[in-house]
Amino acid sequence: MNVLEVDDLKKHYPIHGGMLRREVGRVRAVDGVSFSIAAGETLALVGESGCGKTTVSRCILRALTPTSGAIRFDAGDGTVDLATMPKRAMRPLRRHIQMIFQDPYSSLNPRMMVGDIIAEPLKVNGVPAAERNARVLELLDLVQMPAVARTRFPHAFSGGQRQRIGIARALALNPRLVVADEPVSALDVSVQAQIINLLLDLQDRLKLSMLFVAHDLSVVRHVSDRVAVMYVGRIVEIAPTDELYRSPRHPYTETLLAAVPAPDPLRRGRQMKASGEVADPAKPPPGCAFHPRCPYVQDRCRTDRPELAEVAPGRWTSCHRAREIELAGVA
Amino acid sequence: MAERTSLAVRDLAVHFEMEQGTVRALEGVSFDLHAGRTLGIVGESGCGKSVTARSILRILDRPGRIVGGRILLDPGAPGETDLIAMNAESERMRGIRGGRIGLIFQEPMTALSVHYTVGNQIIEAVRQHSDLSKAAARDRAIELLREVGIPRPELRVEAYPFQLSGGLRQRVGIAMALAGDPDILIADEPTTALDVTTQAQVLDLLRRLQQEKGIALMLITHDMGVIAEMCDEVAVMYLGRVVEYAPVLELFTTPRHPYTRALLRAVPSILATPRQRLATIGGAVPHPGARPAGCAFHPRCADFMPGRCDVGAPPPLAPGHAGASCFLEVPA
Repeated sequence: MNVLEVDDLKKHYPIHGGMLRREVGRVRAVDGVSFSIAAGETLALVGESGCGKTTVSRCILRALTPTSGAIRFDAGDGTVDLATMPKRAMRPLRRHIQMIFQDPYSSLNPRMMVGDIIAEPLKVNGVPAAERNARVLELLDLVQMPAVARTRFPHAFSGGQRQRIGIARALALNPRLVVADEPVSALDVSVQAQIINLLLDLQDRLKLSMLFVAHDLSVVRHVSDRVAVMYVGRIVEIAPTDELYRSPRHPYTETLLAAVPAPDPLRRGRQMKASGEVADPAKPPPGCAFHPRCPYVQDRCRTDRPELAEVAPGRWTSCHRAREIELAGVA
Repeated sequence: MAERTSLAVRDLAVHFEMEQGTVRALEGVSFDLHAGRTLGIVGESGCGKSVTARSILRILDRPGRIVGGRILLDPGAPGETDLIAMNAESERMRGIRGGRIGLIFQEPMTALSVHYTVGNQIIEAVRQHSDLSKAAARDRAIELLREVGIPRPELRVEAYPFQLSGGLRQRVGIAMALAGDPDILIADEPTTALDVTTQAQVLDLLRRLQQEKGIALMLITHDMGVIAEMCDEVAVMYLGRVVEYAPVLELFTTPRHPYTRALLRAVPSILATPRQRLATIGGAVPHPGARPAGCAFHPRCADFMPGRCDVGAPPPLAPGHAGASCFLEVPA
C-alpha cells in the first residue's frame, strides 16, 4: 500500500519582463514528476542543485502550492489530495507528515529546553502533560540521547546530538511520512555515520515511510530502498537502489555515478563521459533536457522528449535509447 | 622523491586568544610541499586545516596568532625565506601571496568582488605580479580563462561574477589564483560547494594544471573520496596536530592511526551494500578550547591505553616520514 502517490506534479514560476511586466516565460522548476512511496519504504530523491528535488518536497509539505498535478496521501482515514487542499484544511494533516531538516543549528529554538522542543508537536496536538513527559523520555531513548538532555538547551549539544533532537521531534507524533531534506550533509564524517546508522535503526524499528532528499549518492546508497534521479525538473530514472547503482539505465545516472570520487585510490582515473553544465530550468533544451551533455545523443533526442517508461520490472527511465545502450554502474 | 621541496612547514603553532582562554588551534604541525606533487590535508571541523592554509599565506584573522614554528619557502636553497619572520603587510609578502603561493577558496566569491567584471579583477591580479601593460594583461586574462576551461573567454572577460554558474565561478577563482603564476597552490575545500559532476570537472582541471605547470598543490578537504582521487601524500589532522602522514595508497590500505582507521570505516561509500551500517566513532570532535589531555583523540579511541594515552602526548611525526603520532607506534 502506498503512503504517497505523486502524479504529474508541476511547479512553475512565471518570469515577468518588459514594460508591462507581462509573463514572458516560465521556470519549470518541477515539470511533471510522478512517483510513489510504499508504507515502510524510503525513497531517495537525488539530483544536482536546481534539479527541483527540494521544490518537490516543499510541495508535498505544502510550503509551496503546486501549479498542477496530484499528491495523494493516505491519511489513515482515507486518501486526500495535498496538491489542491486549501491551506487551512492542511492543518489536521500536518501531524502525519513531519520533516527532518538539514541544519541542526537553525532548526531548533535556542530559547527552548530540549524537552519542550520535542514535546511541542505533542502539545499542539492536545496530548496531556503527563503523557507528554513519558513520550519525551521514550523519544530521547529512541534517538539514543540521555534523559537529562530534556532540561538542557540546544547550545549544550554538538551538531550530531542536535540532529538527534530534531529527529525525536519529527517522530513525536508517529508520522505516516517523514520528509528528510539533506539530513546529514552538514555533519562531520564521524557524526554523519552515527546519524545514518540511527536512521537505519529507526527504519527497521518503526517501519518509517520516508522521502530522503539528498545530493550525496554515497549516503543514499546506504539508506534508501529505491532512488529517483531528477534532472531539470523531471525524473529521469527510478529503480531499486542496488540495481540503479549497479546498472543505471539513464545516461545522466551513469554520469552522476562516475563523478563521485570513490574512497579508493586504486579506482582513480575513471572517466566521466558527459561534459558541460546542468541546463537552466528557465530555458530547458528541447527534446531530452540532458541531450547537450549526453555521450549517446541521437537526432530524435534533440527534438522528442522521452517519457518515463518501465523498461524492466520496477525500473523506469526516460531515455529513447534505454534498450540499446550499455551503461556502466558502480559494483 | 627527487622533486624540489617548495615549502616546508615546521612545528607551526597557532593560538587564538579568546575571552574564555587560549585556544591552541595548531600545536606543532610539520609537512613539506614538493613541486609537481599533491599533499592532501584531511580532517573534520576544528582540526586546523584552514588555519594552516591561512597561516602559510599570513592572512590569519585576529585573534589568531602564530606563536611558533617556521614556514620556509624554498628550504635549503640560497633564497630560503621564513614567512613567519616577515611582516604580513610588507610589499615582499604581498608579492609572495599570489606570486609564489596561490589560494583557491571554497566559495569563489570570497576572492571575487561583485562590483567588477571578472576580467578587470584578473587583469588587476596579473598586473600586481608583473609589469605587463593593460592591454597585454587583458590578453593574459583571456588566456587564463581559456586555460581553466571557460568557453568563449573573450566574451566572459566582460561578465560579472553573479552572471556565472557556480562551476564557472570556481574556474574564475582558479584563474585568479593562477594570475601571479605561482608555483605553489593551496586549495581549501575547492569543490565542497559544487555539484558532483562539476566537482569532477574542477578536480580534472586542477590535476591537469598541476601536471602542466609542475605546481606543488596542497589540497584541503574533508572528503576521503577527493583525497583518494587526487593526492600523492596525505596528512590526517585532528585537533591541531598531524596524527598520520602517508603515501595515499598506504593510507587507504594500511592506515596506522586509530583515528584514520575509524574515519575510513565511517565514510559512506558509493560501493555500499543495501542498508549497510557504518562503523562509527563515539562522541564528537571536542571544541579546540576543550582539548582532552594527553593524546587529544583518546576519549574516542578504540585502542585507548589508560595511564598512557591520557597522560602524555604521543611524539609528533618527523616531517616527510610515513607514520602515526600514536603510542601504539612507540614501544612501552
